[in-house]
Amino acid sequence: MSENQKTILSFKDKSVEIHRDGPTVMIGERINPTGRKVVLAALKEGDFEMVRQDAIKQVEAGATVLDVNAGVPGADEVALLSQVMQEVMSVVDVPLCIDTANPQALEAALKLYEGKALINSVNGEEKSLETVLPIAKEYGAAIIGLCMDDDGIPATPELRLKVAEKLIERAAKYGIPVEDVVIDPLAMTMGADHTAGLTTLKTIELIVAEFGVNITMGASNISFGMPDRKYLNSTYMAVAIHTGLTCPITNPLVTEINTAVLATDLSLGKDEYGMRWIKAFRKRKKAQE
Amino acid sequence: MNEITVLYSNTIAGDADAVVENIQSALDANINPEKILNEGMIAAMQEVGRLFEEGEYFVPEMLIAGRAMQAGLNLLRPHLLDSEVGKVGKVVIGTVQGDLHDIGKNLVGLMLEGAGFDVIDLGTDVTPDQFVEAAKENDAKLVGLSALLTTTMPNMEKTVDAFRAAGMADTVNIMVGGAPVTQEYTDKIGADGFGQDASRAVSVAKDLLSRFED
Repeated sequence: MSENQKTILSFKDKSVEIHRDGPTVMIGERINPTGRKVVLAALKEGDFEMVRQDAIKQVEAGATVLDVNAGVPGADEVALLSQVMQEVMSVVDVPLCIDTANPQALEAALKLYEGKALINSVNGEEKSLETVLPIAKEYGAAIIGLCMDDDGIPATPELRLKVAEKLIERAAKYGIPVEDVVIDPLAMTMGADHTAGLTTLKTIELIVAEFGVNITMGASNISFGMPDRKYLNSTYMAVAIHTGLTCPITNPLVTEINTAVLATDLSLGKDEYGMRWIKAFRKRKKAQE
Repeated sequence: MNEITVLYSNTIAGDADAVVENIQSALDANINPEKILNEGMIAAMQEVGRLFEEGEYFVPEMLIAGRAMQAGLNLLRPHLLDSEVGKVGKVVIGTVQGDLHDIGKNLVGLMLEGAGFDVIDLGTDVTPDQFVEAAKENDAKLVGLSALLTTTMPNMEKTVDAFRAAGMADTVNIMVGGAPVTQEYTDKIGADGFGQDASRAVSVAKDLLSRFED
């Protein structure tokens, strides 16, 4: 068993600790045009009001880190990502998770960011390692490492563990410490393979036992193609947190997911005196009035 | 109930074992193999597509129906005249370069196969050149591109351009689909058709192929 690692992210004077003994860190996923046609249309028009609202609402709902993605087809991502980050930073003061596959956009975003960001993401492909790791090192950022490589997404937990190992080793070579590598075991949809959820859980188990690193994932993918997705997502969230997930990229505005995270934290002794649970209850009650 | 009716409902239910049994007994009863294919399975996959379009059926149900159909086809194929298999037309499909998402593409493949197309599936992360080569090699008049990510969608345009550069713009029709793809985007990149979902992709495919018959 490896000791649990602590990842510290920051924005200006605010910092967030991600640790298996602490509260689950919700990384808000909403600022992303993929699959959200209204956001896509707004960004194309240069309308950032929705981005600002998404930032504020997610933080109010308990997200302590926000993912920022500006992948709009045909747009200049370098300029757009920086612009979206500026808009987000003008309304909330939480650490950001910079979500881009474009190295120039990533670098420009890191340049204007004050603090220690989380990069989403690097993967085991040679090209990705060689491009993203030096940038992460230069700007002192933490990184999300996806368990896939030049051969695609490995089918078994053991093979995904191998990719995680490679990611951690290669990061270390660039001087990025293990605690700054957050691993994404990859959640495939149970709609196409009913054992996909289990594969991801087993992957988490292996990686946590071996490296103790923090674990993230875009957990909503798990229910793609299925009805009543919020129930699947929230239950899977609870099980995954128990297995070792520490910072899911998720939608905190969905009550089922939000309550699942809080209830799991309390069940696992991560919510002292149940204060976060009670506070969230009062907030929901007030919102209903 | 006669063999065809039972086969039809077992295909919709996605019961592969039953489908294989039904086809065997239909063959034993000397029912015309083309009739088994058309009225038993193709009609069933059409119904599966309709159920999916209307939100009655979900992805796993579509996948198992598709698998049942494939199991049935394997048994039926030797009994069909060569001209009957894939008689509707050849189609090359794949997820564009940089994108590893394959569920939507697989569903489209199953539905096209279920509609009588000969489907050549290139898998995921397919480069523009690979699409062009495969279309040439197989003499396919139809190509289907899939993408889930807004960041890989531009590779659809590159693929369309590659067909143009290869001088195949007039001989090959390209259809596109995937979560971020819209009719507007389809028109913008100069693709020929847009499939809103796997079921509607089939009618788009048929429509595009019929253009060549004029």
